[in-house]
Amino acid sequence: MTATLEMGVQTGHAVRLSGVGKTFGEGRRAVTALDGVDLEVAPGEFVCLLGASGCGKTTVLNLVAGLDAPSAGEIELNTSRPAVMFQEAALMPWLTASRNVELPLRLAGVKRADRRARASELLELVRLAGVGDKRPHELSGGMRQRVALARALASAVDGDGNSLLLMDEPFSALDAITRDVLQSELLRIWRATETAVLFVTHDVREAVRLGQRVVLLSSRPGRVVQEWHVDDIDPAAQAGVVDAINTRLHEVISSHA
Amino acid sequence: MPDGPGQSNTGTVEDDTASVGAGLDALDTPTAADTRGCGRKILGQVLPPVVALVVIVAIWQALWAAAFWPEYQLPAPADVWTQIWDRVTSGEIVGFLWISVHRAVIGFLVAVVVAIPLGLVIANFSVVRRGIGPIVSGLQSLPSVAWVPAAVLWFGLTDASIYFVVLLGAVPSIANGLVSGMDQIPPILPRVGKVLGAGRLASARHILLPAALPGFLGGLKQGWAFSWRSLMAAELIATSPQLGVGLGQFLHNGMSLSDMSMVMAAIILILFVGIGIELLVFRPLERAVLRARGLNGSL
Repeated sequence: MTATLEMGVQTGHAVRLSGVGKTFGEGRRAVTALDGVDLEVAPGEFVCLLGASGCGKTTVLNLVAGLDAPSAGEIELNTSRPAVMFQEAALMPWLTASRNVELPLRLAGVKRADRRARASELLELVRLAGVGDKRPHELSGGMRQRVALARALASAVDGDGNSLLLMDEPFSALDAITRDVLQSELLRIWRATETAVLFVTHDVREAVRLGQRVVLLSSRPGRVVQEWHVDDIDPAAQAGVVDAINTRLHEVISSHA
Repeated sequence: MPDGPGQSNTGTVEDDTASVGAGLDALDTPTAADTRGCGRKILGQVLPPVVALVVIVAIWQALWAAAFWPEYQLPAPADVWTQIWDRVTSGEIVGFLWISVHRAVIGFLVAVVVAIPLGLVIANFSVVRRGIGPIVSGLQSLPSVAWVPAAVLWFGLTDASIYFVVLLGAVPSIANGLVSGMDQIPPILPRVGKVLGAGRLASARHILLPAALPGFLGGLKQGWAFSWRSLMAAELIATSPQLGVGLGQFLHNGMSLSDMSMVMAAIILILFVGIGIELLVFRPLERAVLRARGLNGSL
């Protein structure tokens, strides 16, 4: 534990990407998805990565999650394993909700009683204390996504402000009301857990509502175009910021026409 | 952490979100549909096959009564029943069933033990799949009775011949079932496993194998059917006093004696065992697995 604490003191970031590039394929058919991406997320910071489809925002997340290796540049993580949440809940259909949350702990060799306790704690955090024994197919889409969030949080090994949560459009498949509720829930959980969040979305409104900082990525190759600090703006000014970001996003997309 | 200007009323906002969230949970949760009573459900399951059976026997009885064919080609249902009932009262049937069923079960279990590693290797290594995948699928369409002459020449009229034929019948279907079960795993699940910290072995144990279970069960079911068929083919052809009398030999004896009622009795018994094991073992297993995953509980 001391080791992780020291690491937290030494480095002022949850994750830092410097000059990260990613090319898929080889030779003439090679597609450059990312080119020279520099991005830093501070511990406990909520950053939204915004971009049109095909801009490689999911690729950024896959690289940080360790599902893929960068072709160029460096990724420094301050945690041994970030928590990841995908667009689909992707719960194991043969496990109950609480067993799903326990799964990462089981893989890490945590004892059964401790697993149980941690899982019920996390289910309580996402307000699903009563449904631990239900199977995924017995839950609604929003509930499944919350179980997935609890499971992702369980997989993040270091707590104490060092954790990083990666989210890949986690609410985009949900209906508007559920999405709205889950956005507030996410903010509440973020404050409660003090985790850093890197949140990928194509929805400007969502990005401004959730993030402290919004980073806009261009498409093919993906580069950081511009970023906005949206933390302290008051609700009245939000609409203006959303418009400004939207305009810039449209410019980026039109440049590909 | 952002302790924004709205701090004073976050309490009420959060309560509001919580109650809206709870309401959504209550509204969106899928409801279980089946409201039929237990008795009616069983009746609905049992009645159709019983009616079908009665109709088939009635047609048979009518054809026999019309005497289109001589008695030695189409015996009366009652004669066939007498054949079966005589074997039951004399206790002979226990021997037939024991010899055949224990061979089939042992053969099937050995086939499972052989097929699981084979299937895992084919599913996980593309070189192996390209090399022996087509052969294993091809073996499925080769009637295993074709192996009987080779088995008899290699092993003589022994139990080894019979088990050899059963294995060659069952192993390819079980291995193929496992391979197709693995192929049908949604690609997101192993990715989730990886981000949750599963290594190669842990991923196979905790994610791939359970995810492949429905397809694998289908393969097991088919493997059982192939074991049973192959066994009957082997018993029918490889008959010898030291092999004992199983259902296949009983059928063979009926043919040797030109006793049509005995032949039909044997066929009915073979069918009865095949259907019985399917209904008693595989159907409940499959149903339990699919139900637990919310897939098609109407089996």
